[in-house]
Formats: sequence, structure tokens, C-alpha cells
Amino acid sequence: MRIPLGWLAEFVDLAPGSTIDDVHAALVKVGLEEEGSHGFDLTGPIVVGEVLEFIEEPQSNGKTIRWCSVRVAPEGQTAADGGEDVRGIVCGAHNFVVGDKVVVTLPGAVLPGDFAIAARKTYGHVSDGMIASSRELGLGDEHDGILRLVTLGLDPAVGTDALSLLGLDDQAVEVNVTPDRGYAFSIRGIAREYAHATGAAFRDPALAPPITDASGFSVVIDDDAPIRGRVGATVFVTRLVRDVDPTRPTPPWMATRLNLAGIRSISLIVDVTNYVMLELGQPTHGYDFDKLSGGIRVRRAKSGETLVTLDDQKRSLDPEDLVIADESGPIGLAGVMGGAATEIDSSSRTVLVEAANFDPVSIARTARRHKLPSEASRRFERGVDPAVAAAAAARVVQLLVDLGGGTADELGSSYSQHDAPAPVELPDGYIAGLIGVDFTAEEIRTSLAEIGGQIVEVDGGLVVTPPTWRPDITHKSALAEEVARIVGYDRIPSVLPVAPPGRGLTREQLLRRQVSQTLASSGLVEVMAYPFLSQAATQLFGSRSGEPVTAMRVANPLDAEAPLLRTTLIPGLLDIARRNLSRGLLDLALFETGLVFLPEPGVVYGQTELPPGGARPSDEVLAELDAGLPPQPRHVAFVLTGNAWEKQPALEARAVGLADALDSVRQLGLALGVDIRAVQGSHPALHPGRTASLTVGDVVVGVAGELLPRIAEEAHLPRVVAVAEIDLDALIALSPREIAVRPIFGLPAATQDLSLVVPRTTPAGEVSAAVARGAGPLLEDIRLVDDYRGSGVNDDQKSLTFALRFRATDRTLTAKEASDAKLAGLAVASEEFGATLRD
Amino acid sequence: MISDESVAAAVDAALSAIAAADDSTALKAARSAHVGEASVLSRLNATLRDVAKDQKAAAGKLMGQARARVAQALAERESEIVAHEEEARLEAEFVDVTALPTRARVGARHPLSLLQERIADIFVGMGWEVAEGPELESEWFNFDALNFAPDHPARAMQDTFFIDPVESHLLLRTHTSPVQVRSLLSRELPVYVIAPGRVYRTDELDATHTPVFMQVEGIAIDKGLTMAHLRGTLEHFARAMFGEGAKIRLRPNYFPFTEPSAEMDVWQPNAKGGARWVEWGGCGMVNPNVLRSAGIDPEEYQGFAFGMGIERTLQFRNDLNDMRDMVEGDIRFSQQFGMVV
Repeated sequence: MRIPLGWLAEFVDLAPGSTIDDVHAALVKVGLEEEGSHGFDLTGPIVVGEVLEFIEEPQSNGKTIRWCSVRVAPEGQTAADGGEDVRGIVCGAHNFVVGDKVVVTLPGAVLPGDFAIAARKTYGHVSDGMIASSRELGLGDEHDGILRLVTLGLDPAVGTDALSLLGLDDQAVEVNVTPDRGYAFSIRGIAREYAHATGAAFRDPALAPPITDASGFSVVIDDDAPIRGRVGATVFVTRLVRDVDPTRPTPPWMATRLNLAGIRSISLIVDVTNYVMLELGQPTHGYDFDKLSGGIRVRRAKSGETLVTLDDQKRSLDPEDLVIADESGPIGLAGVMGGAATEIDSSSRTVLVEAANFDPVSIARTARRHKLPSEASRRFERGVDPAVAAAAAARVVQLLVDLGGGTADELGSSYSQHDAPAPVELPDGYIAGLIGVDFTAEEIRTSLAEIGGQIVEVDGGLVVTPPTWRPDITHKSALAEEVARIVGYDRIPSVLPVAPPGRGLTREQLLRRQVSQTLASSGLVEVMAYPFLSQAATQLFGSRSGEPVTAMRVANPLDAEAPLLRTTLIPGLLDIARRNLSRGLLDLALFETGLVFLPEPGVVYGQTELPPGGARPSDEVLAELDAGLPPQPRHVAFVLTGNAWEKQPALEARAVGLADALDSVRQLGLALGVDIRAVQGSHPALHPGRTASLTVGDVVVGVAGELLPRIAEEAHLPRVVAVAEIDLDALIALSPREIAVRPIFGLPAATQDLSLVVPRTTPAGEVSAAVARGAGPLLEDIRLVDDYRGSGVNDDQKSLTFALRFRATDRTLTAKEASDAKLAGLAVASEEFGATLRD
Repeated sequence: MISDESVAAAVDAALSAIAAADDSTALKAARSAHVGEASVLSRLNATLRDVAKDQKAAAGKLMGQARARVAQALAERESEIVAHEEEARLEAEFVDVTALPTRARVGARHPLSLLQERIADIFVGMGWEVAEGPELESEWFNFDALNFAPDHPARAMQDTFFIDPVESHLLLRTHTSPVQVRSLLSRELPVYVIAPGRVYRTDELDATHTPVFMQVEGIAIDKGLTMAHLRGTLEHFARAMFGEGAKIRLRPNYFPFTEPSAEMDVWQPNAKGGARWVEWGGCGMVNPNVLRSAGIDPEEYQGFAFGMGIERTLQFRNDLNDMRDMVEGDIRFSQQFGMVV
């Protein structure tokens, strides 16, 4: 909401010398946050001049200029810039005649855009100033020549200050009006708030005009389908004005105020309705009475009905839309936009003025349905003071009479069935108990009276009837807020409450932190990707086995190419990797922990009907709400590419690969006390020979691998990109709650090597496990130390060498005991994989 | 024959060979040549048994002294050589400590995660607990339960990402406030929790907006909590975050889920360029309708709630100009912080 200060000052006394900043500071105290400020951004001397004569001079460039003699001060007097009373000015426009009063910007003036005026040589003359157009003054977009004051109905004296004449010396503050304060979308409401903030006297413009009831015009409110039981129109006032001249100019003070308020001046009648809306917060509409067929009926649209609105769009109406209709059908979308058929035009003479109050919900839905947020709908959605309609209609009539030469007619209507505001009980002590300030009884009463409340003292407290413009006040907490803000939030002291003893972070929260700390300590950089994915990325990475992926879809994505919610963290990490690569950062080790969204195929999520707010739903309904959400487990994923380290003195560079991803997986396992095993696996996006399925016991918790080179290439990534993704929630659930501790024995160990030959396709990890099983409890540790292929071993075989460490708990082992255990391990490996001892 | 002369000659020969040895190999050769089995001294010694009884003591003494002298010389020389060789070796092992290879990769936490953890720790220190909830939420938890009436403009102002189909009433939570309602429904009163997490609004990414960002919200519901407790909590928090000089200023505002509502500014005493007020977030006394949504009697319990953006907090705390740096994942951004925020 923009508030021209000159307009504000009509209804409340501004502190003398108030600047834009002062007004902002006052308004912010009562909750109207500063959004900006506006002005015409020009300085004088800018005066009224009279064209005395001109000579037309054709130029070599094809243009004809006018060399004008312009009087800028009464004869014999000094002009506003200290110069002569008559000036020679070159002008390119041709839309004026001798004797016209015009706006002259004299040397020293500065126009919008830092356009400084000076006497300058042009077209063979010294042009001592400029005759200004509306556009040059920042008044509008008029292209057709200079501003002739006669077109504004003005005939001021030569030398008059044009800035104040045209209202160009005013400025506006812009504040953010919160959605509970519909009334603050008006100069009236802001003036009231300014009065609250400063204590200045408020003059209510809605009380000013004497209201004479007009009657005789038929208005029927016929809402057969109120939304949530609320009738669409509760107030409907009409007034008729005859013999209006719609071609009369809008006076400059009104045009500049509208302009400062951010509304373009269009024509007198439209400008007047907008002006009254800004002033009183009541949207009003003018119909060309001669285009109406009979009386007005406010009703819901019938299905199949259409309406051409003022923006010349033909709209199909919904049976929920509230319309203004006459005998011909709908002529306006109530509270949103008028219809073209009854629009005021330059031949209109008789204006029917409408000022109504419509149900906020109905208006909000219609504005949204037709994508027509308007100044009117914005106000109705937030609630318009139902008591102001008659005053607004009267104000429009008065302005059309004063400015448009019209005559007020007896014909009109005044329907009003708006519920009076419900009184709110305010028990003694309630406000102090909520705000923590012992306001005096006087402060409470004064504040509530100041906002317009009617106060009755009762036993044990007050009963406060809120003013008509405050439909938001329905509970005593709102009254507490009013008192607190009127007295000032600065009064609230600072008291630290003592919470009951807490249990600290949960085990899951601690373990998640440990995971992130561990991964970062082991050299990975934490990143956070947006969770929005394309269909292609989802399908490519989200599927373990290639079957179609089910994903949740955003109905209104920012990027239409990426409407799906991630089912995997990998694509987001790859995007971030690519961004880093494009910035020349080639060695990357990234990780992310975050939620993925994993709807199950065939399940319908969500609810078509929600329980109402303000009451606890039953346990069953709450369980349904939760069951309506897809699983959202937290995953952790890594992406590694480039080198683990660069070439350095005496050290060659080392490229990363799957082994590095598995190292990080092991680090992750360590952080959680979980033994994550890698077994040969597969994934459609990963290298068929370099993919590991990650398991804990029998549970598959994730996958690691190198990207298929083709996919890496298509994604503009290096050939080797190692990735891993693990269900972190599942892993944390597997983290042991108690560690089984074995005693440590200090007796000497016996170490032995075992080299055996197995088929090449046999995974070393399985051979190792078989040997360990066979070797029995004496075996303390087994480690693969060599994988040999070549001479002495058949082409389809490999030789694996394990280092074994044996130890007994009660004696020093003999070499024979260790050898026997080793051979027992070999025996199992032979049985399971045909392993033979290598000579 | 053991004689003064023969023994002295052998000793002299041994001592000069020992003295001449300048490394452990040469010393080993000298030891072998002069005290080994085949050495002159050993052979002389072997003749002791042939010496006449009356001369045996003298000859034995002579040999003993000779062998002791040689052994001592050997030991002395050996320790000299060991010391010398160790010195040479250490010298040879000199490295330029400024040019040793680095093998460990440099990792980093994201500063937003660290800041979120820091905030959680401050509240945990006050006895609060950390609550979490789903990011894809039911509209009931995100709006209805929080006193956003259907069709109220406050709902439209939240710039919500809805889930397809919109009739399913699912959305990406626009704030972490749903977690407040979930906490009130699932926990025993009194409740003092904070809920940090990711939230979503349909803002295009620019220097001050991102469609996906992090928020932390707190809610305290107890008997007798007032707006003064809200201010006290926020000031304690502000001092922990910004130093002892920090303080809180409240300005009236509107949120559906609180009444009274306030915008909070924090006085940042150590801001680069001088102490200043900065807009930090929103807060207020929990609206009775929110309590009713969770089955709590607002006549018995009341409390306060507050929330702020973690990106914004990091932005003004660390004087960062562009929010895009926080979301793009350029590793140089996180690496500046390392493991510390």
C-alpha cells in the first residue's frame, strides 16, 4: 500500500517537518513494515508559462521546430530562476497554440532520470528552458506533445509554481499491509494507524459526508449457494448520478495522488472510483446506467454462463462465482472485475455507483479461479469495513458532481445485512498473563478505545465490541495484541523461562551428526542439492533393476523440466559435481545427507477431505493423515571423481575409483559401528564390472559403483566417477545399541600365510570367509595380501594369498596347532570353491 | 711366544688398524683381523697354556691388559663410528617440510549444517529438545492446524509447492511449523522444542532468495508463559549467536499461528561495518486455535513460537552477499569454513 503524504495529512496531523523516514518510523511501530518510498524525483524551478508567439523553422533533418517566446513571470518581474520574465525556448512539439498555458522547466530544474535543465544552444538558438510534456514530468506516458494546462481544466497565473499546482511535490510511503488488516489498504486505515503510533488526532473521512438514503433502484441479493454458509453479498449500496461529463479531465491533484499510489490515471469516472477505493478502502464500481437492463440481482453464476470482463477477456463462469446480473445476464464478477457490456465510455452520461460488501472467501476463490487478482479483490479477500459502503458511494457521487458536472439523483438502493461485530470478553489479568506486562486499567481501556472498540465494564473484566473494520478481532488474544502494540512492544521485559530437564539430542540425531563429521573428516565436502529431478534422471538413477520408477510430482514446479521429487541423491550430486568441474575444480569428493521421497507404486497418497483446523482430529484421522504421506527416508550419498591427490614431488597423482567410494562407505560404517560389506552387484546406471551391493548381514542398505562411461560422457563428466548411496535411516537402525565386548588376551600370536588357487570368478571375499569359518576360533585375523594371475597358474584361475594370525586364549600356540587350523580353513575353501594349495 | 715385544707389536698393529677404520665395515674387518680367532693376539693368547707355571701369571696379565686395550679401542671406535654414521644418515634424511606430499583430501561440512547444529546445541543447553518431521507434508499440518483458514490470503502468500494432484492436499512444507503441531500432538506437556529443517517456497533463486532453504523454529508451551519469556529466550539465543552485546527488538506483525505476533530484529554488536539492527525472523504467542488443533486447552496452557531462516542468519552473521553461494555446492565455499562455523 502506497500512501501519498499530502493525502494522509487530510485525515491526521503529521508532525511538523515530517519526512518520509519519520512517517515510516511511526508506522513500523504499529506493525506496518516499510517497503519503500516514492516521489516524482524532480526539482524546480518549474513554473507556469504562457506562449506569447512562435516561429516555425524547418530543419535540415526534416523536422520543424518552433522557436517560442514564453512568458514565465508577470511582466517586469524576475522569474523563479532569477532570469528574465520572457524566454526564448526551442520546442519540438506542435500541439499548442499561442496563448496556451504550459509548464516551463527553467535552467536549474532537474527532471526524473537526473535530467538537468540548462540554457543550451540548439537549432541555432539559445533555448532558455524547456516546455515540458506529461511524460517528462513523470506524470504519465502521453506521447502527443507538451502538456497544455487547459486540458486539465487549469488556467493558473503565469509564474505559478507548477510543482505544487500539479501535486508533483508530494511523496508517498509504501508499507506492507498484513493479510489480517484489510482496512489498512486505505488512506483512512493508515491515517488511523498513524494516529495510534503518534497520538495525533484522527479525522475519519467516512464520517464526513451526510448520507441521504436513496431508494427506488431494485437490488436483489439471491445467493442460493453460500460458501460455508456465508451469503456472498451482505451490503449493496447504489447511487445514481446524471449528466456527468466523462470527458472532463481528472484534476491534477487527483491524478498525481493516484500516480503516487501506483494507479494509472485513466478517465475521470474510473479515477474517481479508484480514488475513493484508496481513500476509504471500499472498492466501488461505476456502471453506464443507460446500458443496464432493469435492476440488479447478485447471484451465483449458472453453469455455462460467460462474461466479457473489462479487460476484454471472455470468461466461462463457475457456479461458485458470485456475479452481478441484470435482466440480460451477468454484467460483472462481484468484487473482482466489472463487465465490458456496461462499461463507462466517453459517451456515458448517467452513472450507477455501486459500493458493496462481499464474502472474502467467495471473492478469493473467484479471483484465483480466473487468475484475476485486482485492487478490489485484494481488499475484499482481506475484509472491507461493511459500514463504509454508504460513505464511499456518497463520496463518489460528490466527486462526480464536483468534478464531472453531474447531478445527484434520488434513485439508488441501500441493502445491508452484515452481522454486527461479536463482543469479546476480556477477563481481568488476561493481558498481563499473556504479554508479561502489568498494563494499567487505563492503558488497556485507552488502547482498546483508540482502535475503535466499544468497551463495557462487567464483573471480572471488560466486554469489548470490535469496530466494524476489524473482523480479525474474534478472541481476547487479539485484544491483548492491540493493547501491546498500541502501548508499544518495547515495554515487554526479558525473562528467560526454565524448561524442564531435557534428554539432549536423540541417538539418531547424534549418529547422523557423527556420520557427517566422519565423512567430512575423511575428505568429503558436504553439499546440499535441490530435491527436484527430471523424469530422465529419476528413471536413470532411481531404479535398481530398470523397472519404471514411481516418484512424487510437484504440481507447480519452478522448472517444468524437473517436476519430480528425488528418489535418489545421486543426480543432484552429479549436477553439483558438474558445476564444480565447469569452474575448473576437477578433483571432487562430495557427500550429501537428505530426504528422498519414495512413494510405493499403486498407492494413492494424500486426502481429498481434510479435517478442519482449530480442533484436534481423532487418532484415526491423524493416523490417516500420516498414512497419506509417502515414505521419506534419509539417505547419504557420495560422488568422487578426479584425483585423490595431485602429482607432487616424489609422488604420482592417484586417480579415484570405486575403492575410494568403498573406503568412504567403510568410514561411514565405522561412524555407526556397523560392518558394511560389499558384494558384487549391479545397477542400470553403473559399470557392470564395478558395482557393489552394500549389505549389513542380510539387509541391502545401498549401492556403490562407477558410472557407466557412456552415462558419464552424456552427462559431461569424466570417464571415472565413483558413486555410492546408502539408506542412512536403515543403517542407523542397524547400529548396535550395545557393543558386545570380548576380553583381550596377551599370549603370543602365530602368523602363517596361506596361498591357494581358485577359479578366477570366485570372489576373494567369499574364499576369505570360507577359510575363516574352517580355521575356527583360533583364527584372530585374516587379510588378503595378494591376488596373483600368470605363469604357474592356469588362465582360468588365480592365486590368492592370505595372511592369517592365530591366537589361543589359554596357551602359547605351537606351529603345528596353527598349521592344523590353517589347513582346516583350506579344507572348507576346497570344499566350497575347489581351492587347492599353491605349491 | 708371549713377550713384551710381541704383545706390544700386536697391540700396536690392532690399535692402528682400529684407528684407521672409518666406517663400520672397516671396523668389522679390523675386529676380525686383530681380535678374531686367526689374529695374532688370539694366537698369542692360545700359547698361554704353554707358558711355564712361574711365568704364567705375568704372561696372563700381559695378555689380559693387551686384549682389554684393544677391546676398549674397538668399543670407543665403534661408538664414534655409530654416532658418525647416524649423523650422516640423519643428514641424508633431511626433507623440505614445506614440500612434503599431501595425501589426505580436504573435506568440509556445509556451514548451514554446522550453524543448524550450533543452534540446536544452544537450545539443548537450555533443556529444549530437537524435533523433526516430514518435508512432504499434509496441508492440514502445514496450514489448517496452524490457523491458516482455507482461502485466506495468508495461505496464498506462502508461495507453496503443491504435490500433484492438488486435490490430494499434499505439499512441500513452507515452514517447519508443522513440526510444532506434530510435537504438540505427540509429546507430553510442557513442550519446549526446536525444529530445524528444510522448507520450500516457490521463489526463484537470486541473491536473497532460494526456493529450498533451512529454517529453525521453536515452540514452548507451558503454564504461564508470556511474551516476556519469548523475549528472554530470543535474547539468550541472540547472545549465544552474536555475542554478549546482542539484544532483541520486537515489532508488531501478523502470522496466522501467533497472536500477538511480532517481527524480531537482532542487534548485531560485532557486525562488519559497525553494530546494527538486522531483521531476523518472526515470533509471537501461539494462537489458541493452534493449541486447539493439537487438543490442548488454551485456557490452561499457552506459550510462544519463533522462527528464522538459517541461510539469512548465516548471511548477515558472516557478511555474505549472495545466497547462491550457499546453494550451488561450489566446494570452495564450504572449504572456507572447513569444520567450523
